[in-house]
Amino acid sequence: MAQMTMIQAITDALRIELERDENVLVFGEDVGKNGGVFRATDGLQKQFGEHRVFDTPLAESAIGGLAIGLALQGFRPVPEIQFFGFLFEVMDSIAGQMSRMRYRTGNTEQAPITIRSPFGGGVQTPEMHADSLEGLMAQTPGVKVVIPSTPYDAKGLLISAIRDNDPVIFLEHMKLYRSFRQEVPEGEYTIELGKADVKREGKDVTIIAYGAMVHSSLKAAEELEKQNISAEVIDLRTVSPLDVETIINSVKKTNRAVVVQEAQRQAGVAANVVAEIQERAILHLEAPVLRVTAPDTVYPFAAVENEWLPDAKDIVAKVLEVIHF
Amino acid sequence: MANKRHVALGLTDDDVLEMYRTMVLARKIDERMWLLNRAGKMPFVISCQGQEAAQVGAAFALDRNVDYVAPYYRDVGVVLAFGMKAEELIASGFGKAMDPNSGGRQMPGHFGQKKNRIITGSSPVATQVPHAVGFALAAKLEGKQFVTFTSLGDGSTNQGDFHEALNFAGVHKLPVITFVENNRLAISVPYDKQVASENIAIRAKAYGMKGYKVDGQDPLAVYEVVKLARERAINGEGPTLIEAETIRLTSHSSDDNQSVYRSEEELEEIKKNDPIILFGNYLKEVGLLDEEKIKAIDDEINRQVNEATEIAEKAPYPKPETLYDYVYEQ
Repeated sequence: MAQMTMIQAITDALRIELERDENVLVFGEDVGKNGGVFRATDGLQKQFGEHRVFDTPLAESAIGGLAIGLALQGFRPVPEIQFFGFLFEVMDSIAGQMSRMRYRTGNTEQAPITIRSPFGGGVQTPEMHADSLEGLMAQTPGVKVVIPSTPYDAKGLLISAIRDNDPVIFLEHMKLYRSFRQEVPEGEYTIELGKADVKREGKDVTIIAYGAMVHSSLKAAEELEKQNISAEVIDLRTVSPLDVETIINSVKKTNRAVVVQEAQRQAGVAANVVAEIQERAILHLEAPVLRVTAPDTVYPFAAVENEWLPDAKDIVAKVLEVIHF
Repeated sequence: MANKRHVALGLTDDDVLEMYRTMVLARKIDERMWLLNRAGKMPFVISCQGQEAAQVGAAFALDRNVDYVAPYYRDVGVVLAFGMKAEELIASGFGKAMDPNSGGRQMPGHFGQKKNRIITGSSPVATQVPHAVGFALAAKLEGKQFVTFTSLGDGSTNQGDFHEALNFAGVHKLPVITFVENNRLAISVPYDKQVASENIAIRAKAYGMKGYKVDGQDPLAVYEVVKLARERAINGEGPTLIEAETIRLTSHSSDDNQSVYRSEEELEEIKKNDPIILFGNYLKEVGLLDEEKIKAIDDEINRQVNEATEIAEKAPYPKPETLYDYVYEQ
């Protein structure tokens, strides 16, 4: 076991998969000699050579298209999109092409592609770098959308994503890259995609979150503990397809739920979770299911970022609303 | 006896007769699909008519046992040459389960057939070009001796994907041939409102590759230049951009009316360049065809298209319960 940051765990997962399967290719902007703008691919080109780990021109649509061509030739491409705000440049490759590959070819082709991309707020990078765009991806059948919140999860989920035969969008929250270390086993292990994780058990209320908001939720749960409120915290880990079973089982136990997302409020993952709960467990609810989200504006400038982003205080306040309903 | 240009290119008499037959088959399948559309039996048709020489000339220059094609929606001639069958194309128009492209799940003209190395595509134009470059990169990484051929229309060369893909191919000197069938119309918008450069082929220079312009109504001229591009690709000399000047005899698709944006005179004028008549004339000049033989080929292909239509019409539609299949691996 070693103490690792999330970025180290990601590099470790990439190294393990590059070693294990010669069809795995890592490419993107500055991922070669530079090792990626966040160093996620640090040292990989040196270890595996330029034919396995290579720089592309600044051309996100070509990165997506190349990945598709390579995948149809039997490779397992793991391209990096430098910031997920640049999603729009590669959106057609993802939502219009790779997500539909299996369906539109009647199962004769598949696109085992893992697109890694940093995203998320709280690190003083304004709009187009910090945006949470997972909701756009979650509305695209055919892709899986994975968002780890810990180094341990990041490694196991990334290995699973690379081995998965469908396209996976693997989103890495920038604030979590180096914010803490955790024990991470050496060598390979996998964490099943599409499975949420109960990060803290509780009996009075269920807080459902993902990404950096898992940590805000855990902090909120500690605060609530002081007020004798026992909060269960579920980390979705995969936001599409959603692990409805874990959510519903928890809500049936606690009878109250708050859903937290860093993204803006409208039409998001949280709204989807709320809908699933009320469709499947409404008779178990003692209060409406409430959301904690960012407001519906463009991702703001750095000076107000911390006010704009949801935090533990907002989560505590929302939980108290459902407790005292 | 006239100069046998095809022999000089290394093509046998049988080869050129096969090319002619493939062109006629493409035309007659296309015409049949229009008839079925106008009879209310087929929802949509998009046409190859006028471009058969470019398509068949190019496909015959490739190695149809190892090369891959990422075609665009007009390339009936290309996919026939690569092994797709008449009944499969017509079934695709109907959206039948036997459609090899997608089992009736995609628009007609979205060709893709794994066993014949036809690479599936999408609807926004030029998205096939980066896919082809990905295939070419795979060939280079694995040291495999195949070439990837991708085609598109002149209007599609304005897409970002064309630029991004050709630039990548040029940087890495990949074995890919980009073949532009320039019919000078992007649905209704003419070339001079679409493309700023005097022709498409000169764009090659910006991507560090060779560019050629060729008479797309002459399958032998197309064959010659694609053959050369293929040899260069296999020899590690990199990608090629080819512009085949051609004509579009029909409306863009069954859903528009070209008389709105093309004059009577223009439509009359382009008929003189019908590639099937022109290539038929060449084959007559070199003594391989005469009126009687042309009629025999027409009759034989009409029979083939009739049989194909019957098979496709009788074939079942995809079962409704397959709606949820293949979103993810099962």
